[in-house]
Amino acid sequence: MIVARDLRKHFKVHRRPPGLAAALKSLFRRKYETVKAVDGVSFTIDPGERVGFLGPNGAGKTTTLKVLSGLLHPTSGEVEVAGFTPARREDAFLRAITLVMGQKQQLIWDLPPAETFAMNRAVFDVPPAQYAETMRELTELLGLAELITKPTRQLSLGERMKCELAAALLHRPTTLFLDEPTIGLDVSMQAAMRDFIRDYNQRHGATVILTSHYMDDVVALCPRVIVIDGGKLIHDGDLKALVRRIQPHKRMSFTVTRDTDPAALAAALAKLDVEQRDGNRVVVRIAEADLHNVVSHLLAAVQIADLSIEDPPLEDVMRTLFSRSAGGAHEAA
Amino acid sequence: MSARTTIRAIPTLLRIGIAETIAYRAEFLIWMLTTTMPLVMLALWSSVAHDGPFRGYDSNRFVAYYLLALIVRNLTSSWVVWQINDEVRRGVLAMRLLRPVHPFVAYTATHISAVPLRGLIVLPVAVIMLVSSARGELITDPTRLALLAPSLAMAWAITFTLMLAIGSLAFFFDKSMAVMDVYFGVFAVFSGYLLPLSTMPGWLQHTAHYLPFRYVLSAPIELVLKPAPGVPTASTLELVGGQAVWVVVMFTLALTLWRAGVRRFEAVGA
Repeated sequence: MIVARDLRKHFKVHRRPPGLAAALKSLFRRKYETVKAVDGVSFTIDPGERVGFLGPNGAGKTTTLKVLSGLLHPTSGEVEVAGFTPARREDAFLRAITLVMGQKQQLIWDLPPAETFAMNRAVFDVPPAQYAETMRELTELLGLAELITKPTRQLSLGERMKCELAAALLHRPTTLFLDEPTIGLDVSMQAAMRDFIRDYNQRHGATVILTSHYMDDVVALCPRVIVIDGGKLIHDGDLKALVRRIQPHKRMSFTVTRDTDPAALAAALAKLDVEQRDGNRVVVRIAEADLHNVVSHLLAAVQIADLSIEDPPLEDVMRTLFSRSAGGAHEAA
Repeated sequence: MSARTTIRAIPTLLRIGIAETIAYRAEFLIWMLTTTMPLVMLALWSSVAHDGPFRGYDSNRFVAYYLLALIVRNLTSSWVVWQINDEVRRGVLAMRLLRPVHPFVAYTATHISAVPLRGLIVLPVAVIMLVSSARGELITDPTRLALLAPSLAMAWAITFTLMLAIGSLAFFFDKSMAVMDVYFGVFAVFSGYLLPLSTMPGWLQHTAHYLPFRYVLSAPIELVLKPAPGVPTASTLELVGGQAVWVVVMFTLALTLWRAGVRRFEAVGA
């Protein structure tokens, strides 16, 4: 169980304008500004949940993950992870969690990943039988057999990321904090990582908290999303509900047959919200409640060659959400 | 981490330290030669002393001094400061903080394992040269000879904790490596690395007695090398006792700076 109550993390940042005069002045007198990276966030995450943290750059996602993993001390508020106060970084807590940062690595650069694994086995005091079993499982699921004896510096980014994940999971943590775990990976490698993370969550009942810029990661992995923007929580709940709330419209795209009467098509589209039209291909936005009526009306009016209905892309949903919250922040200011 | 788990982890950490040291063969060779500066000084001062002793040092005594300096330097120098600096700047220190073993233990284990390897070629040569050509310059008192090993261990410990302390400065300012340049300058003068301390002006010798640098290089040498004529032999208590004091002082300083640094890291991140 993870609990955050009114969590705040503020940083004092030194600011100075450009130029030599400002540089010299800053030698003697510095101006500081408080940045509210996380500003009053509360949530509860149950064991075994997979939760995505979403938000634009600088929203406070990574700061929140660092507070939850005990690397940063909160400015105020309460945090509890698996019954521990993370900031104390007690041994039992460190054994229960792991943090994977796509941009930072723990593998020893000059040695094969097998050596980092051996080191983690020793410092996390993993019993030999459990180590052998976990290694077998990770090697099989991530396809590590060929990689673990090559020096880390000679591995590709994707190969390295697989080994990073294995190193982070050797002690079988029950809470996984994953900060951009698929950054820089190609599409198939991203998919492989997602499958693996879901599999680990199901096999071991582990809680997974993930931040990612790739919406596909979030869609594939996280039934629940927590959206943070400007350090504040602006949504916590079901991903589908979020999409419905922000963009309650479906996107329907269809192609009419070549012999369709343009006048009939124009009449059929007259009352619809046309998003895009390219010759015979049309994309319209329809409120979910009207879906049935619109589709039957359209099928009666024109000859349809193909038709598909989908949710708006998550990227669009997020863009709408963030622009709203930015507007809201301005209004508040 | 419990003491038992820490102790159990140490053999693995030592083994990984060795593997890291020899990961690059060319670098390893070059690295073995990085502490050979005393040989340059040896050549320089032997030729100076050729025409007559310099402040009590004839060329034989210079040979003995600089060979001993080479041995001490070889066994005690450390590059942990570069490692900490790099880890703090790149933010990967976070990973170290999330392992249930104190970073000092991990750093110590990986660095201590490099010590015997670094001396692999240089040490036997230096010892053979010392015994064959300058044996007469050495003190034969068995107590002093027996104290050489603990004295070298403490010289290593003072250097290492000093490096940990300087490394911890990376938490506080970005260009903390500049401190190393200052350190090396002061060290070279006050440790006896450039010149034996007893050949230096009185005030400098006096100051050196109150600084840690004498105890990282000169002390083990003074323990086994006959002093220049007219210079009193420093007592074992002064040398080894002084080293013990500095080990405690430097360890406390390093730990204090490290803890303050980590607190800052936890407050502002990196």
